[in-house]
Amino acid sequence: MVRAAQRNPSANSVSDRIAGKSLTLAALLVAALILWVVVDVLWQGAGRLSWEFVTTAPSDVGRAGGIAPMLVATMLILAVCLAAATPMAIATAIWLAEFAAAGRALRLSLDVLAGMPSIVFGLFGYVFFVHMLGLGFSILAGGLTLACMVLPVVTRACEESLRALPDGYRLGCAALGVSRAATLWRLQLPAAMPGLAVGIVLGIGRALAETAALLYTSGYVDRMPTSFSDSGRALSIHIFDMSMNVPGGDRGAYGTALVLLVMLIGINAVVFAISTWWSETRLEQA
Amino acid sequence: MRWMVAIGGLAAVMGAVWALSPAPSATGGTGRDQSRLVVTGSSTVAPLLGEIAKHYEVHMSAARVDVQTGGSARGITDVRQGLADIGMVSRTLKDNESDLHAYPIARDGIGLIVHADNPLSDIRTAQVQAIYTGAVTHWRELGGLDQPTTVVHKAEGRSTLELFLAHFGLHNTDVRPHMVIGDNAQGIKAVAGNRAAIGYVSIGAAEYAIEQGTPIKLLSLDGKPANSGRVRAGDYPLTRTLTLVTSAPAAGVARRFIDYLLSEQARDVVVGQYFAPLAP
Amino acid sequence: MTSWLASISPPSRRDRWLQWCLRATAWVVGGILLFLLLFLLREAWPVLRDVGLMPLFDDPSWHPTEGRYNLLPMLAGTLYAAVGALLIAAPLGWACAAYAVYFAPRRLAAWLQKLIALAAGIPSVVYGLWGLVVLVPLIAAYQPPGASLIAAVLVLAVMILPTIILLTESALRSVPRELLHGAAALGLGQWGSLRRVVVPAARSGLLAAMVLAAARALGETMAVLMVAGNVVQFPATVWDPIRTLSANIALEMAYAMDHHRAALFASGLVLALLVIALMLMAACLHSPCPARESRRGRWA
Repeated sequence: MVRAAQRNPSANSVSDRIAGKSLTLAALLVAALILWVVVDVLWQGAGRLSWEFVTTAPSDVGRAGGIAPMLVATMLILAVCLAAATPMAIATAIWLAEFAAAGRALRLSLDVLAGMPSIVFGLFGYVFFVHMLGLGFSILAGGLTLACMVLPVVTRACEESLRALPDGYRLGCAALGVSRAATLWRLQLPAAMPGLAVGIVLGIGRALAETAALLYTSGYVDRMPTSFSDSGRALSIHIFDMSMNVPGGDRGAYGTALVLLVMLIGINAVVFAISTWWSETRLEQA
Repeated sequence: MRWMVAIGGLAAVMGAVWALSPAPSATGGTGRDQSRLVVTGSSTVAPLLGEIAKHYEVHMSAARVDVQTGGSARGITDVRQGLADIGMVSRTLKDNESDLHAYPIARDGIGLIVHADNPLSDIRTAQVQAIYTGAVTHWRELGGLDQPTTVVHKAEGRSTLELFLAHFGLHNTDVRPHMVIGDNAQGIKAVAGNRAAIGYVSIGAAEYAIEQGTPIKLLSLDGKPANSGRVRAGDYPLTRTLTLVTSAPAAGVARRFIDYLLSEQARDVVVGQYFAPLAP
Repeated sequence: MTSWLASISPPSRRDRWLQWCLRATAWVVGGILLFLLLFLLREAWPVLRDVGLMPLFDDPSWHPTEGRYNLLPMLAGTLYAAVGALLIAAPLGWACAAYAVYFAPRRLAAWLQKLIALAAGIPSVVYGLWGLVVLVPLIAAYQPPGASLIAAVLVLAVMILPTIILLTESALRSVPRELLHGAAALGLGQWGSLRRVVVPAARSGLLAAMVLAAARALGETMAVLMVAGNVVQFPATVWDPIRTLSANIALEMAYAMDHHRAALFASGLVLALLVIALMLMAACLHSPCPARESRRGRWA
């Protein structure tokens, strides 16, 4: 590493020291900026947070009461999104990792899709799911729109984890005359499971954070949803609505943001734990 | 090569879907059950209908009423496409909207609002025109604060915007805004958060916000105080009729809901939201 | 990496069936992008057919209810905000990534890593909330009205920082150690080896990080909608409010009918094409052309 250069006394010049200082300064600035946002949310949101806040329905357009219906709606949207996206993503990942000799076009299309602005997915969902399939403003429409959005992320993560498996699995099974389907099902998918889990959890993170794609698909209704065809307001939309459209709604917005942030930190921790555990076990295998 | 063929095939399939897909029909294929009423449209009417829906569900029927905001235009589009049972429109219908059935429910005015700290209490038509066209850019010229004005304007397509422009004889192309907002609530919030701001919103929404302690002030227009009482008395120059629309004559749950809305029981809710009930 | 195509035994019937299922799913997934673009085009078609393409760029203004559909001010707003954010975030992000990879004590680097991973997961609407409640009043105190191009630039910069840092870090880590050892042997200092060896070797990765962050900034809707003021105009100064293409869609979609609605879909199409161009650029950077490969060979 560059650190090796430090042992060379003649190289430790003035420019090195200036560079070291300014890079440290930049890193401090970045950390300060991020902490500013995070601490702001923690500080302002903590005052609003209570057990009642997460278990009661909002009243007075959200100024009072809690966020229980939004929590439920968010979970339902997430469930629809995962139910649709996971099987497709894993199947596509298997195709890309195991069968497609030249999956360039598919990979490129997935990469482009991954960079597509979420409002474009929102427009697509609004036309296709809400109008054309006649789902209306519903949790179903919102979840399916999100599924399109997270598909590329999940697919690429799953593909990576399948590719990381040793070739010996395939060759060994082929030599034993085990069918490809059985090899996949019995050996490769279980072995790649932690990687698949990371991919899915990454998708959950993306879906939870999304707002623009849901504006015109799952709608604004802030009541407890009773079915998938009900309109449901996601947490992120609630934050937007409270901060933009409700005078005196900032506190509620911060409280909701804190809840969402805690959920995302939890998800982050899960990804981190799974990937650490996985790389450790793989090191043991090696 | 195989991928090119595949993409070509896909494109052909998509093209076919595109060409064959039916235009959304007026009846709508949503297959919603009869016990649910979907109401979309004007953000001015939405808080009122939301409140009445709660009362209706408690007192009258187990039906679920979902109220979605999105503006008068969306109310009309959604009803035409069958996405909503009832559309909310914060104006009277235009000539090209005569295919819909209209049910007027209340009257509302459009009032100019400033921050509560602004010493101004009355504004003249000419002053509004000057502020919104950028001829006046400082509150000092109007005897207000010692700050440049922040003009809050509405985004395209809002009926409040259309009525405001028509009343003051302005063209949207001449308006010089500093901030463009969507709903009434957003306008109220923007003005409450900026001492130098001026905006125009539904009088009902503004009065409700003032009662909630929001630091804004309704300006009287050419000496006529802006409040729901004056709107009701027909003594305020800039008013409109809030209307519900349906694609076919209202029947079933929709009919019962509209009847409830116009009944004596719902009248208190209308007044509580600072709208003027229609004279019975 | 051997694939099934290269394996020895012939596929069984079940395998064929599986393969067809997987292929069909892959096609569907690959078709989403095409499907999406086709739908945007379909909905934008009325305005393209009746009004034409050019008025979208040379009408006098954006007043769709009066039949004026100029998207240029919003295209400019989008580009100004994204470029401004990049100008701030890219140097900071590169520096922070270089610090984390080469200079930071190991434990500090691990903490920094966690913080940045957390920041990368924060929803854009939360950045918008922070901008609206904290940043805009600060700017308004200095130069009203506060909601402005500079607010959008700052919020976007903070938002894309984690993206830039994470991607830059992985580009820096992929520089072979041998290069660094060689640089040290030649007597280059830390700064010298970073500037003369690491940056040239990781250049395509650094650029790809920029391009991906730019795509994110261009497409961002909520955070910008909340802080930019949303006035359709070419900003004269950074204190002027702007509206971006994405904010335009979110703000007016609910209220739009007929050609107005179609024009909004057209602006979505413009946005999508912009991002596609950027992503293709990023893809080219990721799989470098042969010439660059050979140059890298000379360093190694």
